[in-house]
Amino acid sequence: MIDIEQVRKVANLARLDLTTEEETQFTTQLNSILDYVEQLSGLDTADVQPTTRAIEVSNITRRDRLETFSDREAIFKNAPDQEGDYFKVPKILDNNG
Amino acid sequence: MSLIRELHRQLTQKERSAVEITQGYLAHIETLEPQLRSFLTITADHALAKAQQVDQQIAAGEAIGLLAGIPIALKDNLCTQGVQTTCASKVLEGFIPPYESTVTERLATAGTICLGKTNMDEFAMGSSTENSAYQVTANPWDIARVPGGSSGGSAAAVAADECPIALGSDTGGSIRQPAAFCGVVGLKPTYGLVSRYGLVAYASSLDQIGPLTRTVEDAAIVLGAIAGHDPKDSTSLNVDIPDYTHTLKPGLDCKGRKIGIIQETFGDGLDPVVDAAVKTAIAQLESLGAEVQTLSCPQFRYGVPTYYIIAPSEASSNLARYDGVKYGLRANNDSLMDMYTKTRATGFGAEVKRRIMIGTYALSAGYYDAYYLKAQKVRTLIKQDFEKAFESVDVLLCPTTPTTAFKTGEKVNDPLSMYLSDLMTIPVNLAGLPSLSLPCGFDQAGLPIGLQLIGNVLQEQTLLEVAYAYEQATPWHTQTPHL
Repeated sequence: MIDIEQVRKVANLARLDLTTEEETQFTTQLNSILDYVEQLSGLDTADVQPTTRAIEVSNITRRDRLETFSDREAIFKNAPDQEGDYFKVPKILDNNG
Repeated sequence: MSLIRELHRQLTQKERSAVEITQGYLAHIETLEPQLRSFLTITADHALAKAQQVDQQIAAGEAIGLLAGIPIALKDNLCTQGVQTTCASKVLEGFIPPYESTVTERLATAGTICLGKTNMDEFAMGSSTENSAYQVTANPWDIARVPGGSSGGSAAAVAADECPIALGSDTGGSIRQPAAFCGVVGLKPTYGLVSRYGLVAYASSLDQIGPLTRTVEDAAIVLGAIAGHDPKDSTSLNVDIPDYTHTLKPGLDCKGRKIGIIQETFGDGLDPVVDAAVKTAIAQLESLGAEVQTLSCPQFRYGVPTYYIIAPSEASSNLARYDGVKYGLRANNDSLMDMYTKTRATGFGAEVKRRIMIGTYALSAGYYDAYYLKAQKVRTLIKQDFEKAFESVDVLLCPTTPTTAFKTGEKVNDPLSMYLSDLMTIPVNLAGLPSLSLPCGFDQAGLPIGLQLIGNVLQEQTLLEVAYAYEQATPWHTQTPHL
C-alpha cells in the first residue's frame, strides 16, 4: 500500500508539483494499479534471469568523435530563455554561495 | 488491391498528377477534420511543393519509385525537421525539431509526401487518444467512439481515407489496437528492425515504429522502406531487408503453414462477437490450407501487470528531460526547483503524471527488487512461452482486442480498465516479436473487429504472407466507413 505521504515523496523525486486533489486521486489510483501488479509476486522467479531488452544486441560501439551540428540556430530557437551561446535558467546559487 | 500501387499506376500513366492526388487528400482532410480531428498539424504548403517536385520528375521522363508522390501522415512523436512535433503534449508545444527522424528521412527520400502530423495519446501513453492535450479524435465508423490509441490519429486518418498510409508507434499495442478499432492494417515490426532515431522515447526497450495502411501489401511496401540498420540507434539490428512484397501475389494460400491459437486469449472478458469473428477467421485460414492447433501460453496473462511496471519505469527516466531548460514549456522562472516542478506539473497531463509516478516509485530505493526486477524476470517467462510456442508453429493467432471500440469518455476515469484493452497486444512487445492486426469482421453496430497474428523474431515475411492470403480471401478490407 502506498499512502499520501509516499505519494508526496515520489512526486518530489519526479519533480512534479501536484495539487492536493491530484495527491488524493493518485493515492487511490496508484494503489489500485499496484494492487493489480501484486499478482506477479505469486510467480516463482527465483531462478529466472531478468530480461532488459527483448532482442539482445551486444557491444555496439562507435568512434568517440565530435561531429559539428550544422544548425545551432534551430536548437536555440527552441530555448525558453537564452543569452548569448547559453541556455538561461533561474539563479542556482544565492549571492553568498 | 494495394492503394500505393493504384496511386503509382495513376501517376505513371499520367491519369493524375502528384499535385492532384495531394490536393484531393488535402480537400478530404478539410471536409472531415471538423468531426474527426485526426491531425494536429497539416503541412499543406510543404506537401504541394513536394508533389510538384515529383510531377517534374515524371514530366522529365524519370522513373519514379513506388512510394514517390504517395501522401503519408506521421504520428506526432516522430521528429520532423522544421515541423512542430508535440507528442500531443503541452510540454512540447511549439517544439520545432532541428533534426529529422530516420524513418521520416527514409520515406522522404523515397518520395512520399507528408500531409501532416497526427493526434495521439500524450507521449503515446494511452489506448483511446483521449489523453491528447489538444483534441479528441473520433472513430470514423462511429464518431461517438474512440479510434483506439495511442496511434489513434493515424488509424482514423487511414480508415477515413484522409491519407493512404500513415506511421504509428507501438509500445504495448499502440499500432495494432487502433488498427483493430478503425478497421485497418497495423504492423509492429520486430524490436530493432526499424530505427527509433528521432522517435520521442516513451519506453525504449519496447517502442517500435510501424505502418498503418488499408491493405497488407501496403504495409509490406512501407515496412520495406523504413526497415534496416541505422548506426544512430544502438538497438538497430544489422540484417538484410528483403522485398517483403515479392511473395504477396494473388492465389497465395496458407498450405503447410502451422498456426497456433493462444487458448488463454479466449474466455472471460472476450466479447462474444469478437470471439465468433476470430473463430470464423480460423476456419477460413484452415480452408486456405493452414494447419491449426491450439496451444497454451500460461504467462500471457501476466503481460499487463509486467508492462505497467516496465513501461512506466522507463518512461519516468525518459521523461526526466522535460525540465523547462532547453526546449518546450517553461512554466516558472522563480527558482530552479520551481521551474522544474511547475513546468512538469503544467506541461504533463494526468496519465503521463500517473505513469511517471508509478515508474519513479517502482525504481525508488527499497522497491526496485520487488517491482522492477520482478517484472523483468516475468518478462523472461513471457518470452520463454513464445519461444516454446514457436517450436511447433509458424504464426500465433488471437484477437487484437477483447472488444470493439468503446465510447468516448467511457474509461477515462478508470485507468486500469483502459489498460486491460491492451491485454492481447502487450505480451508481444515484451517479447519483441513482430505482429500485425487486420480486419476480420464487424459487430452488430458495424464496428470493425481485429485479428492479431504474431510471428517469430524477424519473421515479418511469414506474417505478411498469412495475412495477405486471409485478406485476399475475405471482403473486410474493401469496406469503408460512411462519413
